[in-house]
Amino acid sequence: MTTETELRRAATREAYGPALVELARAGHDIVALDADLSASTGSKKLAEEFPDRWFTVGAAEANMVSMAAGFAANGKTVFCSSFAVFLPGHCYDQVRVQLAQQRMNVKLLASHGGISVGEDGASAQALEDLALVTALPGFRVIVPADLEEARKAILHAGENDGPYYIRVGRPKLPVFYDDAYDFQLGKADQLRDGTDVTVIACGLLSYPATRAADALADEGISVRVLNMATIKPLDEAAVLRAAQETGAIVTAEEHNVIGGLGSAVARCLALGAPAPMEQVGMQDRFGESGKWAELLEQFGLTADGVSEAVRRVLVRKG
Amino acid sequence: MTTTAAAPAELKARARQIRRHIVEMTHAAQSGHPGGSLSAVEFLTALYFGGVLHYDPEHPDSPERDRFVLSKGHATPVLYATLAEAGYFDTALLDSFRSLGSELQGHVVRGKPPGVEMSGGALGMGLSFSLGMAMGLRLDGNPARVYCLLGDGELDEGQNWEAAMAATHFEVDHLTAIVDRNHFQNDGPGDEIMRIDPVPDKWQAFGWHVENVADGHDVEQVLAALERVQEVRGRPQVIIAETTKGRGVSFMEENPAGWHGKGPSDEQLAQALKELAE
Repeated sequence: MTTETELRRAATREAYGPALVELARAGHDIVALDADLSASTGSKKLAEEFPDRWFTVGAAEANMVSMAAGFAANGKTVFCSSFAVFLPGHCYDQVRVQLAQQRMNVKLLASHGGISVGEDGASAQALEDLALVTALPGFRVIVPADLEEARKAILHAGENDGPYYIRVGRPKLPVFYDDAYDFQLGKADQLRDGTDVTVIACGLLSYPATRAADALADEGISVRVLNMATIKPLDEAAVLRAAQETGAIVTAEEHNVIGGLGSAVARCLALGAPAPMEQVGMQDRFGESGKWAELLEQFGLTADGVSEAVRRVLVRKG
Repeated sequence: MTTTAAAPAELKARARQIRRHIVEMTHAAQSGHPGGSLSAVEFLTALYFGGVLHYDPEHPDSPERDRFVLSKGHATPVLYATLAEAGYFDTALLDSFRSLGSELQGHVVRGKPPGVEMSGGALGMGLSFSLGMAMGLRLDGNPARVYCLLGDGELDEGQNWEAAMAATHFEVDHLTAIVDRNHFQNDGPGDEIMRIDPVPDKWQAFGWHVENVADGHDVEQVLAALERVQEVRGRPQVIIAETTKGRGVSFMEENPAGWHGKGPSDEQLAQALKELAE
C-alpha cells in the first residue's frame, strides 16, 4: 500500500486548465468564460492554445452565466469558472432559470470550494453551494477527491450534454487515482471493503477516510469506504447496499451537514434502508480565517474526525 | 428565410390584429400582462412583418435565423400573438395561454412554442443571454443578428449594465437592444418607483450607439431606427422608444398601473375589441 508521503500532491483545481485544452484539442466546440479569477481557476490555459475560445467578463458572474446560456444556445459546450462562493451564490437565479430550466449545455467549474480556501475567512468559504445546486432539477453535481478524478470529471462533463456543477479546491491533496481510474457519473468508487460500517465521503475527505479505515482496522473495526464524487445523481444502490451489508453509515464532506452529501445519503437511507448514521461536516455554522490544515483540524474534517464518528455510530448500531 | 416587408397600411392592420389577440388571450386566461404587451406591439410588428428579421416558421431552429429575445419575459401575449400571426403555430392555440398543459406558458420558456428563444420572466437576464448568442454567432462566422427587447422598469436590474459594459468591451455590433419606454413598472410610475433618466445618456456612457424614437407606436419610425442600426459597426446599438402602456385600449391607457398584470372582464373585452376593430 502506498503511504501518504509517497503520493504526489496537487490541488483539484489544477485539473481544470489542462482538461479544457484536452477537450478543445479533441475537437469539442468549447467556450470557457471566467469572471476575473482566471489565475486562480487556471482557465486561461485554454487561451494559450485557443485564444478565441476563452473570455473573461470581469467580476460579473450573473452576466457570465447568462452569456454562457447564450453561447450554449448556439451549440457551444460552455464552461464557466469562478469561486464556489460566487458560483452559484452570486448568480443563483441565472443558474436556475437559464441553465437548469433551459437544460443548457453549461458546466460550472466552482473552484476554492469549502473551508479549505483558508485565510480569507467566512465570506470566501463555500459551505452551502452543494445545497443550492443539488436542489435544481437536471443538474449533475460532482465533488472530485483528487487531481485525477477532477480531470476525469471535467472531461466527462465536456463530453456529455447538460448542466454540471463541479467543485474543486485549493489545497494540495494526495493524488491517489491514476489514469486507469474509470470515473463514472453517479457511481461510487469503493476504496476499502469492510463489514462493520461504511464511510461515504467526497472531496478532500475521501483520502482521510481511507486513513481512518486503516487505523480502525488495527482496532479490529472493519470499515468500508466509498468515494462518492457524484452527489447528484446519487449512487443510491451503493448506499442501500452499504446500509444492508454493514448496518451503519458515516458521511464526510467539506460542506454544511445540511444540504450536501450527508443530507442526500440520509434521504436515501430514510426512504430505502434506515440505519444509524453520523455526519462529518460543518455543523451548521460558517467558517473563519486560518491556515487550511488548521481549519480542517479545528472543525474535525480529518481522518481522526472520521474515526470518532465511526466509533459513535458503532455505539448506536450496538 | 422570410424578410418580405409589408406596406405601412398592412403593418398597421397587423398591429391591430396582434392587439386583439393580446386582449383576448389575457381575457381567456383572466391573468397575464396586457399593458406591457400592448406597449411593445409595434416593435414586434416591425421586426417580424417589416422585413427586418430573417426567420422561417417551418424551420424555427435554422442556424441562419436572426434571433429575437424577449427579455421582459412576462410580455408573452405580444410574442405569442406575433409568432402565431407569423405562422409559427395556429392562432387557435392562443386561447390556451396560461392553462394547464398548454405550450403557451405564462412567462417565456425556450422552445415553447418553437420560435421562443429564451426562458425568462426573471428580469435582467436577456441582454446577457443575447450577448452570448451574438458572440457565439460571431465565433461561427454566422452573420445572423440578435435583437433583445427590454422593459424600462427592467433596467433597474443591475445585470443589464454588466451586459451593456461587456457588449461594448467585446465590440459586438450585430446586437440591438430595444427599450420599451412606457414609463410604468409593476408597482406604478417609473419616476416614483425608481428614476432611470437620463436613459439615452446611460447607454451612451456605456459606449452604445443610441437611436431615440419619439413615438414607438409609429411603426415607420421604429422601422427607420431598425434600418439605421444595421449600418453601425464596432459597437452594439440600442433603440429607446417612447411608448404608452396599454396602448390601443382606452381604459388601460388611462390606468396603466392597473393593467400591468391582469386580464379584462367580459365587458372590458367587448369594449377593447370595439376600439381595436378594423
